[in-house]
Amino acid sequence: MDLSAINPLLFVAGFLVAATPLIFAAIGELVAEKSGVLNLGVEGMMITGAICGFATAVETGSPLLGFAAAAAGGAALSLLFAFLTQVTLANQVASGLALTLFGLGLSALLGQGYVGVKPPRLGDIDFGPLADIPVIGPILFTHDIILYLGIALVAGVWVLLRFTRAGLILRAVGESHNAAHALGYKVRRIRTLAIVFGGACAGLGGAYISLIRVPQWTEGMTAGVGWIALALVVFASWKPWRLLLGAYLFGGITQLQLNLQGAGVAIPVEYLAMSPYLITILVLVILSADKSAAPASLGRNFHASG
Amino acid sequence: MIRFEKRPQPSRALSLATPLLAVLATMIFGGLLFMALGKDPVTSIVTIFWEPLFGEFAFYYRPQLLIKGAPLVLIAIGLSLGFKAGIWNIGAEGQYIIGAIFGAGAGLAFYPAEGWFIFPLMILAGAFGGWIWAMIPGFLKVRFGTNEILVSLMLVYVAEQFLASMSLGLLKNPEGFGFPGSRNLQQYEPAHNAELLAGSGMHWGVVAALIAVIFAYVLLTKHRLGFAIRVTGEAPRAARFSGVSPARLILFCMGLSGLLAGLAGMFEVSGPAGQITIDFNVGYGFTAIIVAFLGRLHPIGILLAGGLMALTYIGGDIAQSNLGLPAAAIQVFQGMLLFFLLAFDILTNYRLRRQHTAETA
Repeated sequence: MDLSAINPLLFVAGFLVAATPLIFAAIGELVAEKSGVLNLGVEGMMITGAICGFATAVETGSPLLGFAAAAAGGAALSLLFAFLTQVTLANQVASGLALTLFGLGLSALLGQGYVGVKPPRLGDIDFGPLADIPVIGPILFTHDIILYLGIALVAGVWVLLRFTRAGLILRAVGESHNAAHALGYKVRRIRTLAIVFGGACAGLGGAYISLIRVPQWTEGMTAGVGWIALALVVFASWKPWRLLLGAYLFGGITQLQLNLQGAGVAIPVEYLAMSPYLITILVLVILSADKSAAPASLGRNFHASG
Repeated sequence: MIRFEKRPQPSRALSLATPLLAVLATMIFGGLLFMALGKDPVTSIVTIFWEPLFGEFAFYYRPQLLIKGAPLVLIAIGLSLGFKAGIWNIGAEGQYIIGAIFGAGAGLAFYPAEGWFIFPLMILAGAFGGWIWAMIPGFLKVRFGTNEILVSLMLVYVAEQFLASMSLGLLKNPEGFGFPGSRNLQQYEPAHNAELLAGSGMHWGVVAALIAVIFAYVLLTKHRLGFAIRVTGEAPRAARFSGVSPARLILFCMGLSGLLAGLAGMFEVSGPAGQITIDFNVGYGFTAIIVAFLGRLHPIGILLAGGLMALTYIGGDIAQSNLGLPAAAIQVFQGMLLFFLLAFDILTNYRLRRQHTAETA
């Protein structure tokens, strides 16, 4: 075993990259859950975004167009979920699962011609002299624009929920849909918007995996990141900045186990690969005692009777 | 403007009709999908639903129906009990894998000994493996209130890694020329889950699935525990007042569904699959979720739904080799079915009403 093979600077820069798909998927789900919707289809929306983005980037040669397509793909799939839960009032747990199963199949179908293809690279932003600052430069200023967009999105959601009227309405709908309805807010329309936002974010997260992190297309390549994102929202007790922190924690663990695999640690590869999932369970156990932060109407469908 | 009005009682007739409507809608939209892929829609649908049953080679495909249907029914029966009570075990795929590893491990431990007791012991080991894997989320839910959906799902990924580790390590065939994968249990007589009637597709897993259906039916209609499950799902507060212990119900439902999934894995590895390999699991644990809903969480319904789903697997294979229809298209087709099912479900609980101008009430 040779731990000196792990370069600390590359490691930190690497875990920022590893955390980004999680940040996108989780912040989108956070907004949806704040509006009272539990969408278990994150994994399906991510993988659909991953292939939509990948295919578009390969066909057009533009990674940024790829990301736009990924957001559109994730949002389109989430509209199916919105239709099921907001129009036909189907059970949210079952509908979310359906979305994941469907998304996994759909992405495999769309991705048939793209196995082994190399996508165009999205270059890093040129920060000029900033990138030359020792230690901080290589860690913070050598990334692509989407990574920074992820962090900006977290800040944006925080501002939205905390300081704006729209955020207040969103939270009201999530806490008590009956009260919000009585005040004249369109509960189902607001929830649909939140679901679509979540879908677009999940799509971006998926494309970040297929276009930047890996970068190539393989079936089922999101490998549970969507589910970890769901756990992350619980971990963050529905708070944006805690979510960012959690995502870096998980990104760090993922990166560490990959680096340890590379460094040839005496632990078999399979057991290292289990670790992110086991740690997610552990974190869920530690944090599940406190449920007070969850939106009160989470997972319950709204039907205006009378 | 059309609006939905809640029915005082869910409609019984529509509750039976909606799965059929969903299948029909899936056939239509699936046909459109196949057309978009450049295949003739009618031929594709006929190939999937008709060929395996009444086609030229039906004698070969009909037994396959039992082989593919048995694990689906076995797993879905277990899941349905939990789903009815609002307990979501989504990790049946993981429990299926662990059941297979435990079952195969128990059998291989005796290799090459002979003995009638080996196969029963494997059944016990497989059931135990699935049970213990499902008890992890069950226990965590009861003790700490941890979300069972996420934990059971995370454990699927853990189980997949464990499977890889087993087929490359402990259970690897020492005479396998270095290839990953265990010894083939089909060639080890005392551990082989052979067909009970040669060429019928009938193996012990099919028998177990049928017993599970009968057991679940009796449990739900005649037993107090079945009553507790139904009440908990429909009115959790009322259930608590009537003396149902939520913790015990969670442990029972999680444990039983894990046990059945473990059995399904064990029967698969000792019979049709034959050996533990890295890609031993093919997603039965997830498809079983669709089967459970398609069967309306009712034992008889699940039996029929399992048959139908097995048909799409077999028909999908035929369409793949005859028409070049991609395997993923069948996966989309199955996912579509669940969508339509959930969407049509509103008709059983709500009534469509045309809205008139503001009425006074």
